[in-house]
This record gives sequence, C-alpha cells and structure tokens, in this order.
Amino acid sequence: MALLDPVPDDDGAPFWEYAARGELRVQYCAACDEPRFPPRPCCPHCQSFDSGWRRMSGRGRIWSFVVPHPPLLPGYAEFAPYNAVVVELAEAPRIRLVGNVVAAADAPLDSVDPARLRIGAAVKAAFTEARDGGLRLPRWLLERA
Amino acid sequence: MPGLKDATAIAGIGQTAFAKQLPESEKTLACRAITAALDDAGIAASEVDAFASYTMEETDEVEIAKAIGAGDVTFFSRVGYGGGGSCATLAHLAAAIATGQAGVGVAWRSRKRGSGPRPWRNTAVQLPTPAQWTRPFGLLRPADEIGMLARRYMHEYGATRDHLFNVALACRNRANQNPAAMMYERPLTRDMYMTSRWISEPLCLFDNCLETDGALACVLVSAARARDCRRRPVYLHSVAQGLPAQHHGMVNYWNDDPLAGPAWTAARQLWKTADFGPEDVDVAQIYDAFTPLIPLSLEGYGFCGRGEGAAFTEGGALEIGGRLPLNTSGGGLSEAYVHGFNLITEGVRQLRGTSTAQVPSAATCLVTAGEGVPTSAVLLRS
Repeated sequence: MALLDPVPDDDGAPFWEYAARGELRVQYCAACDEPRFPPRPCCPHCQSFDSGWRRMSGRGRIWSFVVPHPPLLPGYAEFAPYNAVVVELAEAPRIRLVGNVVAAADAPLDSVDPARLRIGAAVKAAFTEARDGGLRLPRWLLERA
Repeated sequence: MPGLKDATAIAGIGQTAFAKQLPESEKTLACRAITAALDDAGIAASEVDAFASYTMEETDEVEIAKAIGAGDVTFFSRVGYGGGGSCATLAHLAAAIATGQAGVGVAWRSRKRGSGPRPWRNTAVQLPTPAQWTRPFGLLRPADEIGMLARRYMHEYGATRDHLFNVALACRNRANQNPAAMMYERPLTRDMYMTSRWISEPLCLFDNCLETDGALACVLVSAARARDCRRRPVYLHSVAQGLPAQHHGMVNYWNDDPLAGPAWTAARQLWKTADFGPEDVDVAQIYDAFTPLIPLSLEGYGFCGRGEGAAFTEGGALEIGGRLPLNTSGGGLSEAYVHGFNLITEGVRQLRGTSTAQVPSAATCLVTAGEGVPTSAVLLRS
C-alpha cells in the first residue's frame, strides 16, 4: 500500500511545484511582506492579492510531534509506530510544516527512533527522490544525527 | 435590544440505547429519539415546525419530518464542523423561536459510528482540514491532530499524563453511576490507564472517546410555552458560536497562539450575555472527544488561567463534590460518543434534578461543543 500523495488545491500548487525542484518555498505578501501558511488568495494582514514564494533555508525546530500507532491506513500501519512532526521554520517561526523526521530523505517513516525526538530539536529539510509525475516531499533530518 | 437570554427553554429530551452496534438504521434511531423527546415534553409531533442538526449527520429534516409527522416546517438549519455544532443547534433554534420564525424546534443527532466506518479511513475526500499539508505525512486521524497540540501543551505548561488520567477517570466514574452508559460496569484504574496501548503518543486508548451507535434529541420552545409543558423548563441562558481569527480546524498549528482555540472565542461571547460567570457554574458538560480538550476548555471558558487547566484537574476537582463536576453522565469518553449531544441532554437532567450522578441543587450548567474545531456552547439554568 502506498502512502497518500498530496492533493494540491490552486493556492497550494506552487508549494508542490517548487518542492519538485527541491526548493522549500513559502508564500509571502508582495505588498506587506508577511509570510502566510497555508497558502491563500489574499493577505490576511493587508488584503493584497499579490504574492510571491520565498525560498527558505530549510532549517527549523520541532514544535511538537506525535507517534501514531494502529489502527491506521495500511500504507502507514506497516511503518507504525512512526513520527509525525510540526516544524517551525527558522526564518518564519509562525510558519509550521507537518512532516516526518527520517534518517535520510528517502528512508522509511520509521527510520528514526521516536525516543530521539525532542521539542526544540533542530532539523533541516531534505526532499525525497522524484516519483512518477515529479512529486517530491519535504522530509526532515535531525541536525545532530 | 431583546436578546436570547432565557427566552427559550428545553422542554423535552429523548434518546435511544447506546451500544457498539444497534440493529436499527440511523433514520429509525433518530425518529425514536425525537418522538421520545416530544413525549417527554408533552408536545405533539404535528406541532414541530423547526429543525436543527449539525454536519456528519446522515439523516435530514425532509425524511425525519415526514416520518415523525411534523407539521409545516418554517425553519431548518444545519451547522458545520461536526462536533463543534452540537450546541449551535440550540442557538439556531432559539434565535428562530425568539424571532417568531417557528414555535417548536427539534435538534437531534443520530449516528452509527460504533458499527459504521471511521471517517478518517475515507481517502477519497478532502476532509475539511487542509489535508494536503497533513495527511501525506501520516497525520491521519483526529487523535493524531489533537495529539500534536496535546504534546505542545504538556511541554509548555508542565502537564502530565496524570492530568489527562484525571479527566478520563472523572468521566469513567460518572459512567459507572449511569446504567445507560457504555462503560457503566467498567471501572478504570490508574494502572489500566498507564499501561494501555498507545493510539497516538502522547495519547493512549483511554484518552480517546468511545465509538457508539445511538441517537438523541431535544425539544426547544419559548420560555412561556415551556412553563406549560410536562417537565421543569431548562432555560437557554446564553448561547455562542466561535470561529477564532486565523483558526484552522483540528490542525490549528498555523497561527500565533495555537493553544488558544475556539473555546476562547465562544466563551467571550457566552459570558458577555450572561448574568453569571464561570465561578457560578454548578456543573459542566465539556466536549471530550479527547482528554486534552478538557484542560484547554477549562482555560478557554475561564474556569482557570492560561496554562492552569491541567493543574485544575488535581485533587478531585472534576468529581462530584469537587470544584467543577464534569460530564456527569460519563461524556464522550465513557457514556457514548455521539458528537457531544449527550452532554446537552445530561445538562438538562442535572437542572431537572434527575441525573444518575446528581450535583446537589445544581442550577447552572455549561455545555460545550467540540474544541479544536469551530465550536459552540450554551449556558443552561433552571
């Protein structure tokens, strides 16, 4: 059983297009320069409809995490218990991305012992190899491996 | 401006049995609960002219009205966000009745979640959460989504699993007094809690609500009409809905203060129109799909300060005789998980003096809907 692929909407599509190039980018308001996530049509701060996508360093910290156990969807159950984390980005701490801490970009979801995870731990983004259709997912590596 | 304060009252409540599996359809169960509620009120089905329900409900007012023999219906409403809408059904009916749009309102919930499919297993639909940002990474179930907030809460405020156990235990103790509860004859110990299987660390089995088949209903009428009904009226003193600025349902990770959820917004509105405050609440029925929602809600509704919700649960505060007796029929954790509607009916029983875990001379009750999603709440008084 495969893992679930993201189903992008119009607002989120650029994130996944940049991810396919191995770039972690976040939507910024072109008028007031505030970042926003999840992506949306206009800026909640200044109501501008002009936006761009700024490249992030990929560095961040674990804001929180869970360790799911069954019952789960079959594709995930085979890796359980695995971790799911929320990472706050170094450049924009209010921008928090859900992801997985793994031993290497293409290592399985259960490749890091959950006991090694701590809130506040430094992580960096790495992108999975492209699959059919070019999809690449950001994963997270512990800075202190 | 004439408001909704005490303008309407719950005149009747009804329910079916609660079980892991009931043989009848959701439509049949709904009709049984509604006709029981009308009988409790002493009001004929032909007088019903308003309906309110909330999403994740499979029955609808056309089928229900036809089946029970309702009259011409002039108000119907369906509130979004699943369990966040339970109390809003009463708010919508109250507004309709107080403004003359209808006279006899029915709110209901019928659900076969015990024997039916788990909603998160459906991978074909985008859930109301922004699934592209969460589900591919294995954040699949409500327990995972709330578990994420729970761990952050524990980290920020020093809350422990013992605090979550206090919540699970209070609900279980009340269920052990309630023959209608699924966990009536199933006591819970700290050892059972601490050694139970994980669902999504930091949440274990007993931090999660039950899976239940069952249906419930309420009948709402004007305060004047309620005084002529069979039972002692239970007045809707204050009502509120809450969708906070920059809130994201369930996966509320993307704003400045993710741990201040919809409860805070609903609470500000609720207390603004009430004649009393949190310190005057005799008993509370707080939405408990997961144990960590209780400390968050205790803070949000103003029973304690920010970060003090876990400590509030200490010393038996949530038990009968404690500072705030909680979920006195057992709640979603131990009576039945029917998206919080059993919290409403139990609030009514407390103020009628007919609960199986009666708080002596209870006169005020807070009932809340799902925290972590756009929510709602009501203050009931006798």
